[in-house]
Amino acid sequence: MLETSLSEQAEMLREMLRIRLVEEAIVDRYGENEMRCPVHLSIGQEGVAVGVSAALRREDKVFSTHRAHAHYLAKGGSLKKMLAEIYGKAEGCVGGRGGSMHLMDPDEGFVAGIPIVSSGIPLAVGSALADKRTRKDNVTVTFFGDASVEEGVFHESMNFAALHKLPVLFVCEQNLYSVYTPLRERQPDRPLSDLARGHAMNILSGNGNDVEEVYALSTEAVEKARNGDGPSFLLFDTYRWREHCGPNYDNHLGYRSEQEFQEWRALCPVENYRNKLLASKCLQPGQEETWAAEIDAEISEAFEFARSAPLPDIESASLFTYA
Amino acid sequence: MPDNRNLSYAEAISEGLKEAMAHDDSVFIMGQGISDPSSYWGTTAGIIDQFGVDRVMEMPVAENGMVGIAVGAAMSGQRPVICLHRVEFSLLAIEQIVNNAAKAHYVSNGVHRSPLVIRMVVGRGWGQGPEHAQSLESVFSHFPGLKVIMPTFPDDAKGMLIAAIQDDNPVIMIENRWLHYVNGNVDEGLYLKPLDGPRVIAEGTDVTLVATSYMTLEAMRAADYLREIGCSVEVVDLRVIRPLNLEPVFESVRKTGHLVTIDSGWVTYGVGSEIVASVAENCFSSLKAPPLRLGPPDHPTPSSRGLIADYYPNDVKIIKAVERLLQLDGEKVRGLLDAAIERNKQLPIDVADPFFKGPF
Ligand SMILES: Cc1ncc(C[n+]2csc(CCOP(=O)(O)OP(=O)(O)O)c2C)c(N)n1
Ligand SMILES: [Mg+2]
Repeated sequence: MLETSLSEQAEMLREMLRIRLVEEAIVDRYGENEMRCPVHLSIGQEGVAVGVSAALRREDKVFSTHRAHAHYLAKGGSLKKMLAEIYGKAEGCVGGRGGSMHLMDPDEGFVAGIPIVSSGIPLAVGSALADKRTRKDNVTVTFFGDASVEEGVFHESMNFAALHKLPVLFVCEQNLYSVYTPLRERQPDRPLSDLARGHAMNILSGNGNDVEEVYALSTEAVEKARNGDGPSFLLFDTYRWREHCGPNYDNHLGYRSEQEFQEWRALCPVENYRNKLLASKCLQPGQEETWAAEIDAEISEAFEFARSAPLPDIESASLFTYA
Repeated sequence: MPDNRNLSYAEAISEGLKEAMAHDDSVFIMGQGISDPSSYWGTTAGIIDQFGVDRVMEMPVAENGMVGIAVGAAMSGQRPVICLHRVEFSLLAIEQIVNNAAKAHYVSNGVHRSPLVIRMVVGRGWGQGPEHAQSLESVFSHFPGLKVIMPTFPDDAKGMLIAAIQDDNPVIMIENRWLHYVNGNVDEGLYLKPLDGPRVIAEGTDVTLVATSYMTLEAMRAADYLREIGCSVEVVDLRVIRPLNLEPVFESVRKTGHLVTIDSGWVTYGVGSEIVASVAENCFSSLKAPPLRLGPPDHPTPSSRGLIADYYPNDVKIIKAVERLLQLDGEKVRGLLDAAIERNKQLPIDVADPFFKGPF
């Protein structure tokens, strides 16, 4: 497996920690009813976002879904603009037009979060097609959940991407659920990666809660894509800790067991990686606390920014209906 | 046996589904998370316990395929009901809806039938944004072969749903999710509310308001305000968008000479446009002034409460439209408007208005 340098390791741990703390800060404040849009949090799934993004360049492009906070932040999307967007403010990354489900920061390569299931997948393939046509060596990533593979457009997109050897990574975050519905009630018992095999894809699967493994597999897929060797399907097992949409835990509802949650909780991508780096002396004791303090300051400032920003001017609501 | 009971719209739907299923074994339901704890805002509550997983089927996130499967089952004598959490998710299935469901009977020279129901919900409020809050009834209403219904009140929700399930044609039922909390009297047992057209829900002689779904409630409230200054408003709840029976509207316009339509979907090519065109064709000489069409402005539905503040038609906009149309005494209207504006200011723009809880 690929060697991960010390600074890369530190960077990945810090970024996972940052995403976790941002999401928890949203949890803490959501009840104030000032963030007036649905939020689909990524707590528990930070490993995939960070590991994949670490394998990308700034010019590489990412498409995501309704659950986009981690992907957006890991790709370098502005935290201030993300929070301002969730607060519905003019300074939001799309000026308050979309909310949490429509995050975008194309300057950082985070092209778009698209909240209709699977709807962003063909866009990513189109982005890869454009790069191929213009001979750019960028790679495009499309993140999606385990329910996305049920839509026809997922298969249509993979077929075309494989046919034309397009530089695109199909990254599936298998978190076992679509809203409250477990995988077994939606799909027959078969490896999800078989779906990609049917489309002659290069297939890589791994533990989504192990950021180094995600990083190593993504790096391999990115290199292939950049070298013109075509797309890959990456399957990562992970788990969403909180409710599908909103800030709370919801294990008490009974659609999944507390025990299952606790088992995944023990596989926390952030905590386990921290412990691993501490044990191997790659992380100095105290370093994490220093980061946490820096991140807390960044988060407070970003919330302050988002809260105090003005609501968008109603006169601007009709702008950009046409280009 | 009590002959009327106060139920919410959501409860009325769930009762309607249960009655239709108990009555006919060929009825089955499919939906994503159909048995989950949120139970489609309560509209499918308790159904799985009563009928089991063979008749209450979990549906993969595969709208086009699943609607097609429902059409195929319907052509084979089943009566599927598909539940979608948002209107937008049906867009993935528009091909099956338009090409197969709507045309099975026609293209087979009357041999095939596709008696299915697709329930879809307009997700207004709480920053839903451009892709989770659209009112797309006019899209579906364009196609011969489809029926499109938009019940406003709980008794209609139950009775029209049962009628839709028993209908031999594909029926699209569009529910504004803010209506799910509306209460009203609902009869027990299996009953049908025919999908035959509009209902006059308030009689008046000065102006005709024609509205659909949640907008009917806004129209009723505007009518109540206007009545205070002696303006007599007739309110027509359209109920069935296709096939469109506008006789009651023509009759009303012949009486009032004034027409305002109120859509929650865009005005251009919208339901109101169709009504105004038909009124012009059928009772032009009764019109005392050019009709007015109300609806959201011609841009997508933004998420931010800052951008959405003036988006939807409401009582205030309806009162203003009537004022303009009837050239009412501005002084008198000002009082009403002030009261309505003041009241609305107390309420958040992005959650359901408690005033509309009923009972109606
Ligand atoms: C076409 C479509 N159908 C249904 C939905 C409603 N919906 C939103 S998120 C979601 C669950 C998706 O599950 P998955 O892809 O596994 O992603 P996760 O939420 O687990 O991250 C569903 C069904 C939607 N947004 N789009
Ligand atoms: Mg999932």
